[in-house]
Amino acid sequence: MRVRVDQDSCQGQQMCSIAAPEVFGSDELGHATVLIEGDLPEHLHAKTRRAQANCPEDAIIIEE
Amino acid sequence: MTTVEENSGPVTDPTSDYNIFDPEFVRDPYPTMSEIRESKCPIAHTDRWGGSWLPTRYDDVVAIAQEHEIFTSRSITVTASPLRQAEGPYAGIAAPPITSDPPDHHWHRRLILPVFAPQSVAKYEQGTRDLCNRLIDGFIDKGEADAGTDYAQQIPVRVISAMLGVRDDMADEFVSWVRGVLEVGLTDPIVRLENRNKIINFFREELADRKKNPRENDLITDLLNSGDKYPVTDQYVLGVCNLMLIAGIDTTWSAIGSSLWHFAQHPEHRKQLRDNPDLWPTAVEELLRAYSPVTMARLVDRDIEFQGCPMKAGDRILMAFPAANRDPRQFENPDEVILDRQHNRHVAFGSGIHRCAGSNLARLELRVALQVWLERIPEFSLVDPAAVTWAGGQVHGPRVCRVRF
Repeated sequence: MRVRVDQDSCQGQQMCSIAAPEVFGSDELGHATVLIEGDLPEHLHAKTRRAQANCPEDAIIIEE
Repeated sequence: MTTVEENSGPVTDPTSDYNIFDPEFVRDPYPTMSEIRESKCPIAHTDRWGGSWLPTRYDDVVAIAQEHEIFTSRSITVTASPLRQAEGPYAGIAAPPITSDPPDHHWHRRLILPVFAPQSVAKYEQGTRDLCNRLIDGFIDKGEADAGTDYAQQIPVRVISAMLGVRDDMADEFVSWVRGVLEVGLTDPIVRLENRNKIINFFREELADRKKNPRENDLITDLLNSGDKYPVTDQYVLGVCNLMLIAGIDTTWSAIGSSLWHFAQHPEHRKQLRDNPDLWPTAVEELLRAYSPVTMARLVDRDIEFQGCPMKAGDRILMAFPAANRDPRQFENPDEVILDRQHNRHVAFGSGIHRCAGSNLARLELRVALQVWLERIPEFSLVDPAAVTWAGGQVHGPRVCRVRF
């Protein structure tokens, strides 16, 4: 599983970093960044899916 | 249709005649919101207060929030701005970026976002914790306190004062001015204008001071000095200061108050957090969902049919975030506070380009205020549930909320 943030959609809600702080961080503006390059370790998959589900802007894209 | 007398009177059908200032709605808006949401007419309309629409379903509220070209931020209050606001020395001073539309919205927001990023607001955590402890020191020996006026009300105003670099003895006046604009002022245009002018006059002097005596690491100085990047004017900086007071005080105060009101009645939730401190970030989101304080308005740009509703240019829409956040189509058991709720896509801070710029600061204040209270006062209850008073309209939360411990 890989994850990225669509920066055109992200509004800096930060719901993702609350659901999965190991995976998502914040840039200078408070918009989401992905902290893990490449494949996510398996133990973070569920949290990452939750982060995606909790984003009101639908800005999180998961590729499997 | 601008006075309380003209607009009060019993509501028989909230889908066609809601009144957000009705005393029962102010005290507990959720049953009415639910009635509208589950009716055949989930986007209600009223002629009261000059007329407005009230979408209550999650999908509708979010769609409107995200469709900023049609649903503009030229007006964000349920009642029209006082006419005289368009004249006089402070004409044109708004509250950017909340009152801005693209294209100016972009730089209006870009300039303040870094101040409110999670890593930036973290530096206010210790100061907020110390403040909360000092407030509790003042009443803990009495065995009784007002969780509203003695505590919740006192916190955001001081955090915002610190951010703005203004004297901290202004707290009571700031609270009074903000209530003058947001509470009394929404239904009384004269009070609103008076208090708006007090806010702007105060910050005009602060701007003059910063121009003479620039400060290091100071928000007002930094904004004034951003003219090399964006067309910054005094009017913009005054507007940002205005916004920080108006948007940063009543709202977070209401969220802290509602959460304490909740905890006073739910010892099992106090215990759950004591036993699982890792739950705090999730719990804060759940409290924001269940007790979302803010309802923002939009002004319709052009005639449009939205979900079968014939909206006209100039119509007002109240985005009922509190109603959206209790929509059973989006949340299981929406009226229940579930502190470890995993699926929580709430929009307490709105959605789209106007997502609350101060959301990370609000979260920090809410978490710290509740953590300190529960550490110092683990057991407490309402003195008299019927005596709790509430503010309503566009910001909902308790004002007087006496607790015993």
